[in-house]
Amino acid sequence: MKHDVKTVKGFLDYIYDLYKEMKNYEINIIYEGKITHQITKAFTALTEFNLEKQEESDKVKRRVFHVMVESLQNISKHASPSGEIREKEKGRGIFVVTRGNEFYTIITGNLTSNESTKELTDILEKVNSLNKEELKELYKKQIKNGSKLSDRGGAGLGFIDIARKTGNPINYNIIPMKDNINSFFILGVKINIQ
Amino acid sequence: MKKIQLTGTDDTPGIILDAENGIFEISGRSMPEDVEMFFDPILQWLENYAENANEKIEFIFKMKYFNTASSKLMLDVFMILETIHENNNNVLIKWYYPENDEDMEEAGEEYSDIVEIPFEHISY
Repeated sequence: MKHDVKTVKGFLDYIYDLYKEMKNYEINIIYEGKITHQITKAFTALTEFNLEKQEESDKVKRRVFHVMVESLQNISKHASPSGEIREKEKGRGIFVVTRGNEFYTIITGNLTSNESTKELTDILEKVNSLNKEELKELYKKQIKNGSKLSDRGGAGLGFIDIARKTGNPINYNIIPMKDNINSFFILGVKINIQ
Repeated sequence: MKKIQLTGTDDTPGIILDAENGIFEISGRSMPEDVEMFFDPILQWLENYAENANEKIEFIFKMKYFNTASSKLMLDVFMILETIHENNNNVLIKWYYPENDEDMEEAGEEYSDIVEIPFEHISY
């Protein structure tokens, strides 16, 4: 239903629809804004509390926690668009947690420059093509490359860790922006409740 | 050497580096806001200690959680310990993991694959 959100009445009606949609899609958390360390800590603490209340297994609790931290840190690292919007949108994004009957889904979305989408796609395609053992080997290789003492950067450690911890492929989508220099990058990770 | 003793918080691990009493321990949660800034004094301390480490060292890791950014810095800790072990053959890592936490157990196995130091894997 479309509302005239310029009027107070229309906006309040719209919020009710938003509330119903969140219930409908089983959204537990939704946030849009700057992802800081304090925000990461607040969301992980809140989610830990909810996981406890839902009486999830220790394994599910740990994995949801892991994926949340790495996903949020991906926004602070990769939300780096070019051009006019850079200052406003740097380190910002949308963050969503849903719980269905079979799995939790953790979704992040952020603006990023078209130069970095190629690198992100390459890493994600590689991670999604590997089996458990291969992911483990890649993790060991990247952690060595990323260590401070060797200082060669370890690209994609967060993605590798997410894939290993969930055992599921990482879903993603890249939506080009009209400015032709940026894209909206969406990452969706499922964690089985079993 | 002056000891380092830090109480763990909800995002930084507890640290004990006490050469005099031979207690070396990292425990708890690690997801600091600035991971390099947090680990820098620890790496510095260990590098200084490495120059004069004769006695036997048991280094305890008892982690509940660490993020991937911390995992790189923890490898740096292991790499310094590896240097000490190469020189004196005197380091033992005690890797504690919660009984039902296969991810933390596996993390210990991975570190022991990467560095050449004896590991003891202990569930609790």
